[in-house]
Amino acid sequence: MTENTRKKRMLDTRMVPAPSHGIIPERDLNSTPVLEARHLGIEFGGLKAVDDFNLIIGKTEIAGLIGPNGAGKTTVFNLLTKVYQPTMGTIMINGRDTAGMNTVQANKLGIARTFQNIRLFDNMTVEDNVRIGLHNQVKYGMFSGIFRLPAYWKQEKQQHEQALELLSLFDMQDMASSRAGSLPYGAQRRLEIVRALATKPCLLLLDEPAAGMNPHETEELMRNIIKIRDRFQIAIMLIEHDMNLVMGICEGICVLNYGRIIAKGTADEIQANPTVIEAYLGKKKEG
Amino acid sequence: MKLKKSTINNIISYGIVIVTFIICQMMISSGSMTRSLKGQMVPICVYIVMAVSLNLVVGISGELSLGHAGFMSVGAFSGIIGAAWLRSVLGVENEILRLVLSMIIGGAFAAIFGVLIGIPVLRLRGDYLAIVTLAFGEIIRNVLNCLYFSLDGNHLRISFNNPNIPGTILVNGPNGAKDVDKIATFPVGFVLILFTLFMVLNLINSRSGRAIMATRDNRIAAEAMGINVTKYKMMAFVTAAALAGMAGALYGLNFSTVAASKFKFDTSILVLVFVVLGGIGNIWGSIIAAALLTVLPELLRAFADYRMLVYAIVLILVMLATNNPFIRSLFDRLIHRRKPATQRGGASE
Ligand SMILES: Nc1ncnc2c1ncn2[C@@H]1O[C@H](COP(=O)(O)OP(=O)(O)O)[C@@H](O)[C@H]1O
Ligand SMILES: [Mg+2]
Repeated sequence: MTENTRKKRMLDTRMVPAPSHGIIPERDLNSTPVLEARHLGIEFGGLKAVDDFNLIIGKTEIAGLIGPNGAGKTTVFNLLTKVYQPTMGTIMINGRDTAGMNTVQANKLGIARTFQNIRLFDNMTVEDNVRIGLHNQVKYGMFSGIFRLPAYWKQEKQQHEQALELLSLFDMQDMASSRAGSLPYGAQRRLEIVRALATKPCLLLLDEPAAGMNPHETEELMRNIIKIRDRFQIAIMLIEHDMNLVMGICEGICVLNYGRIIAKGTADEIQANPTVIEAYLGKKKEG
Repeated sequence: MKLKKSTINNIISYGIVIVTFIICQMMISSGSMTRSLKGQMVPICVYIVMAVSLNLVVGISGELSLGHAGFMSVGAFSGIIGAAWLRSVLGVENEILRLVLSMIIGGAFAAIFGVLIGIPVLRLRGDYLAIVTLAFGEIIRNVLNCLYFSLDGNHLRISFNNPNIPGTILVNGPNGAKDVDKIATFPVGFVLILFTLFMVLNLINSRSGRAIMATRDNRIAAEAMGINVTKYKMMAFVTAAALAGMAGALYGLNFSTVAASKFKFDTSILVLVFVVLGGIGNIWGSIIAAALLTVLPELLRAFADYRMLVYAIVLILVMLATNNPFIRSLFDRLIHRRKPATQRGGASE
């Protein structure tokens, strides 16, 4: 069943974008959610960085994860992507338990991410960064690569076209042959998103995608996040401190403080929640 | 269709290597090359292959290996034994065929050792490879010092620490291999260089090579993109070991006697020096550095007393040239015509 689901998903989430209707696609929370985290937790030497984290994200949902610095948001992403093995709880991706899996397997199951502190392949070109994202969709091996068999030429060409098409999402085709490490900051953040998308995820995790961007870039990013969701029909979960962005595009928001969820709900509900206001005001007083 | 930049660069690389070979061949046949320099031609090929293959590990996959000479010695001794075996048991008389087959044998044995070392070590994070390869280089040399091989009729005999074995001795413990057929030739060495370049450059410009470089640039990101880091580090390491083994076989079959002490730590470091001087990750640089620094002591014989001084000065100059940001960017612009790098700004973590 799991193998079939995987195959089906690969067919569903097309590389070639579906025509964007501009309406919010149907949500099927009734069927298996993309992500289901239950009682998730991790301890670092006695410190519970994340504790009893429960969250369900439906197909094509945009979810926000907010909270003061050090609340454990990035740690949640590291747990979901198996950079850390949880000490408690379970993570289900498309109904499949990820217990015992590593980062590579989690990615193959459909989780892709960006990093708070940008982690591009600096010495490679922009296009090659995207091609790394496409790595597991290209099937020719080392032998075909070295001896330049027909599989090499055919798939390299496909990969090149796919990479450019993905880069065109952010109008970055022209930068394809620049060194990734030499891009301006905002472009590096966008490239990370493109690279993650190239792995054909069903759940895209964005860790502070707007950090360091100016208001104009942030606004464009918001439009692009919605565009990505609509075109690729995937769920997106993002960590962000920019409240305009979070309140503007997230359909569900989850607030974390000291590793625990203190509130969940829509943007309006979160803004009116006294516990959340206290957590943020309390933090301001300290700072 | 427009040719890719990397393809054009590769064609130029092969072209220059071929032209250099033709010039050397012409110098040899016209007799304008000194005898000692002529004797250096095979070692130059060997060291070029050693440097390029080590660069695959150090520069492309970003792992430090301090025992590359260990793979060379495995290749040398298995190649020497293989050559003797091919001749007396299989009756392969053609020297070029025997040389090529021996090089394949040497490469295969070195690759096996590469796998044996890589499997436990490359799964770990951190610089364990440097420590383990360093130990490997030393251990293999000490083990070879105690090994005796002989060919008794159709049987290959091995003994440990016991020189009294029947048959014709091939490898005689600390004295190494003796009465080796000197079947190594410069043209075959040149073909080995081309083969190495073909393997390494094509690997780099393929899906697997990009994965290898991704694991070098950022291991965590590579894993998050679904790349099996251990697999690709292994691929680079074992390929390099196999190439070093082939070079070792060529080297071993170039002298009438070869002792294991030839492949000591200094040799590993020497090859690493070629890689560092030529520029880490720069395949081209490795070729030039290996060729120049192997011939240089020979050329400097004329200077007699000032030889080491000039050698040191050349080392420093090469280092300055390859590491100077101005000269580097000049080269980059000449070769790659890269767009000027934009300064990275904005918030930092
Ligand atoms: N590998 C680790 N070892 C020890 N403590 C960690 C580790 N990773 C995160 N933490 C701790 O977990 C807490 C949450 O960190 P993080 O998830 O990065 O917060 P943020 O919400 O700002 O992203 C911090 O107190 C941090 O020190
Ligand atoms: Mg964080």
